[in-house]
Amino acid sequence: MSGTAVIFRRELAGYFATPVAYVFIVIFLVMSGVFTFYLGGFFERGQADLQAFFNFQPWLYLFLIPAIGMRLWAEERKTGTIELLLSLPISLGGAVLGKFLAAWAFTAIALALTFPMWITVGVLGQPDNGVVVAGYIGSLLMAGGYLAITSCISAITKNQVIAFVVAVVICFAFTVSGAPLVLDFFAGWAPETILAVVSSFSFITHFSSIIDGVIDVRDFIYFASLIAFWLFANAVIVDLKKAAG
Amino acid sequence: MAAMLEIKNLSKRFGPVMAVDDVSFDVDRGEVLGFLGPNGAGKSTTMKMVTGFLSPNNGSMRVCGHDVLQDALAAKRCIGYLPEGAPAYPDMTPHAYLNFIADIRGLTGSRRSERLDYVIARIGLDGVMQQSIETLSKGYKRRVGLAQALLHDPDVLILDEPTDGLDPNQKHEVRGLISDMAAEKAIVISTHILEEVEAVCTRAIIIANGRIVADGTPQELEARSAYHNSVTLRLAAGAANDVRPALEAMAGIDRVETAGDGAYIVVPSGAEPIVDQVGRTAREAGWPIAELHVRPGRLDDVFREITTDKEERA
Repeated sequence: MSGTAVIFRRELAGYFATPVAYVFIVIFLVMSGVFTFYLGGFFERGQADLQAFFNFQPWLYLFLIPAIGMRLWAEERKTGTIELLLSLPISLGGAVLGKFLAAWAFTAIALALTFPMWITVGVLGQPDNGVVVAGYIGSLLMAGGYLAITSCISAITKNQVIAFVVAVVICFAFTVSGAPLVLDFFAGWAPETILAVVSSFSFITHFSSIIDGVIDVRDFIYFASLIAFWLFANAVIVDLKKAAG
Repeated sequence: MAAMLEIKNLSKRFGPVMAVDDVSFDVDRGEVLGFLGPNGAGKSTTMKMVTGFLSPNNGSMRVCGHDVLQDALAAKRCIGYLPEGAPAYPDMTPHAYLNFIADIRGLTGSRRSERLDYVIARIGLDGVMQQSIETLSKGYKRRVGLAQALLHDPDVLILDEPTDGLDPNQKHEVRGLISDMAAEKAIVISTHILEEVEAVCTRAIIIANGRIVADGTPQELEARSAYHNSVTLRLAAGAANDVRPALEAMAGIDRVETAGDGAYIVVPSGAEPIVDQVGRTAREAGWPIAELHVRPGRLDDVFREITTDKEERA
């Protein structure tokens, strides 16, 4: 079994060895329901789709994903097990990937448990199942984006609270980068192209086009390259820390 | 054959501090090297570099012929490492933890179960295999760490304070374990328990302020003590003889000290044994001798002399 797979198994089992997994799943499901039925107006919309469910997911992920990912590296540093991990015969990339994939698989499990939502829509009407599937895939990719950011930030510190707060702030910036909140910061001095680049980073822009049923491969590439970038940065940070001590 | 562990001109700087400063040494199969030094001398830092956790500013390291920096994975496969404080995943049980290590080390089939059984029995983990590591006592945690380091039967063992936190019986067991393995492996242990060096090490290196200040067998180091070959002489209770002038008058004597219990410690000026001379003087003068013995020189005297000397100069 490769090092990545061994790390993946240990990490995933680690979530379920403590109450973290169950607390997260329950809260995720309850909040999803609250957002969908109350804030999203699921019934009032009178449409057989999961828009009400997916629309609020960026905001739910914004806090819940950093809570899942903050421990990935910070805890290893706190307990000293990072010294053990890095002296075992596995590549750094393998360790980064194994940890990320375990956390991602865990969010996938939580996301999969929202299936009653889909059943509900199916019972009440005839939803476009293709759009629903695209929504789920988009949601998982977006969760991966939040998670890669958090994993990278978690490698910087041994304090999980710092990792959480910083990760939430960065995730927030990526979530709303298409909104005036972020763009006004650049608008005064930056050229138009920079503005366009920053606004193209927005999670919400890419995610909403996916859940609207507009399947554009560029949205998927966006999330995939975002994940790759942050995981690469994650490995670089762990490596730099070896030099700095 | 090249040494199992070769370290050349290793240096590590933390900001303005040279934690390890141009350290070089080799360890061969069959050697147990005791790595001594005051806290903060650079023992752990050196070990962390050899095991790939820290990267050095300078120097090279080879483990079983594999360069630690160029061919890290091959080098790491040859090493069993117990980090300082024996860290382990607290929410795992020793059972899950050792199986995780076995997976990573690529142990499979009968060899895997053989090694697991051997290590668990030899280190005495049977009773705690299903308890989470965070609930274990300090001694058991240390033993889980040792089991982890030994699991793949590595050629090179690097143990950072392997007996710290163990009770005297457990210390004795771990030392026995190290001695049993010594013939087939190259072992480096760091410690500040000097009796441990005398008990298990074939060679000792003393490091202070990042530099090697002494390197030799424990006996050679003991010989460097100013008290090496000094003679302790104690007279029977109630004896009123004034022996000091006679002792001081002998040739080859540096000084005569008085110990707390009324014994005299005669310190030689050179390396020549003086016990015969002291004995003859005592017999000729007819002193009532209660005790007369040679001190071989103690490692902690040497340790203190060498390391405090260094610090004052620095």
